[in-house]
Amino acid sequence: MEERTKTDLENLKKQNGSSVVSLLQEVQEKYNYLPEELLREIAKERNIPLMDIYSVATFYKAFSLSPKGKHKVVTCSGTACHVRGSEKVTREISRTLGIESGHTTEDGLYSLENVSCLGACALAPLVVIDGEYHGSMTSAKILEILNGHTAGKKENGCCCHDQGKKENDCRQVSLPRA
Amino acid sequence: MLNLTLNGLEISVEKGTTLLEAAKFYGMEIPTLCSDEALSPYGACRLCLVEIGTGNHSRLVSSCTYPAREGLTVRTHTERVVQARKLLLELYLATCPSSKTIQDMASKLGVTKVRFKQKHEECILCGLCVRMCAEQMQGKAIGFVKRGIKRRITAPFAKKSEDCRLCGGCMYICPACQARCQGPQEKSPICNACLNLSAPCLDYFEEAMCYMDPCVACELGTGRKAKAQS
Ligand code: FES
Ligand code: FES
Repeated sequence: MEERTKTDLENLKKQNGSSVVSLLQEVQEKYNYLPEELLREIAKERNIPLMDIYSVATFYKAFSLSPKGKHKVVTCSGTACHVRGSEKVTREISRTLGIESGHTTEDGLYSLENVSCLGACALAPLVVIDGEYHGSMTSAKILEILNGHTAGKKENGCCCHDQGKKENDCRQVSLPRA
Repeated sequence: MLNLTLNGLEISVEKGTTLLEAAKFYGMEIPTLCSDEALSPYGACRLCLVEIGTGNHSRLVSSCTYPAREGLTVRTHTERVVQARKLLLELYLATCPSSKTIQDMASKLGVTKVRFKQKHEECILCGLCVRMCAEQMQGKAIGFVKRGIKRRITAPFAKKSEDCRLCGGCMYICPACQARCQGPQEKSPICNACLNLSAPCLDYFEEAMCYMDPCVACELGTGRKAKAQS
C-alpha cells in the first residue's frame, strides 16, 4: 500500500482541479475499489475534507469501499426486466456463483451487482457481464453463459491475457440491436 | 425593499430575506425543525411550510428556503398548511418518538394520534449537526453518507473522526437525540426517569448520533464503555 499510495499521489497531484468524483473514479478504476488509506491520503494531500470524499464515495453505486471482483456481473431489476422474470435469472446467478447481490466471490473473481434499469429495456431481462450485454435472459441461458465464462476463466485466469488481447479488452461493450 | 402580503398584512422586507425570517420579524410563528439562525437554510424538515399565491394557483413552499418576492401573497396558517404540518409531525412521531422537541411540537399543534407504523429512529436527518460542524466549527467531522433510505449521518468510515474537536456542537443542536422527559408519574412527585435512561446517543458509531469519545455531555455515560468492552 505504502508504495503505490506514493506514486498515485504524485500522479493525482499533477492533475490539479479535477473534482472529487473524477479522482475517485480513477482510484476505483485502478484498484477496483476505494482503499481507505488512499482516501485519507488524498484528503490530506488535496486539502479536501475527508468527510466530503466519504460522502461522495458512499453516494454513488459506481464506487465501492470493499474490493470488487475481477469480473462484474450486473443484473437488472428495473420494471421491464422485472416483469419479464429477471428475478429468476438473478437467483440462478446467485446460486451458481454462490453469492448474493452486492457481494464478491471468495476467490475475488466475480462480484454480483443489481441495478434498476440499464437503459436497454427492449432486451429485458438483461444481464451484463464485464460490459457485455446479454439480453432476453432465461435461467437456462444464463447458466450456459456463466458456465462457459467460469470454465474459460479457470483455464486461463482472465480471458483477456492469454488470448493475446490487451487487458480489459473483454470489457468492450457489444450491444446487439434489438 | 420588497412589498408583500403576509397573512393579509402589507409588509415590506429587504431583498434576500426568506419568508421564514419575514414571518418571524412580524411576529408570526412558524414551527421549524431544521432551521437555525446561525446556519444556512436547508429545507429538510418541511415543517415550515407556508402557502403562497391565491386561489387555484396557491402552493406550499418551505418558508426557510423561499426568498421574499415582490407582490407575493403568503399565508402561514391556512387549513392546508396546518393539515400538512400535522401530517408531517405524525410522520416524525412515528420515526423518532424519543425526541422532546418533536413531542412538544406535536402537542402544540394538537397532534393526538399517529397512524403510521411506529419506529424508533435516533435521527431525522435534519442535517443541523452536519451544518453546525461545518459552518460554525469549521470541522467537517460528520456528514451524510449513502442515499435514499440508507442515508445516514456519520463520521468518515464510521470511525472517530480526526477532525472532531469534541466541541459538542452537534449534540447541542440536535432536535432528536435529547433524552425524553416523561415528567413525574402519578405515584411519586419525582420521576427520575432520566437517571435510568440509557442515553439514546451512546451506541456504536455506525448508527449512532454521538461522535464524542469520551462523551463529555453525558455524565451518565458509563453504559457506553461497558458496551464497547463487551
Ligand atoms: S428495466 Fe432492465 S434495462 Fe431497463
Ligand atoms: S425549517 Fe424549513 S424545512 Fe425545516
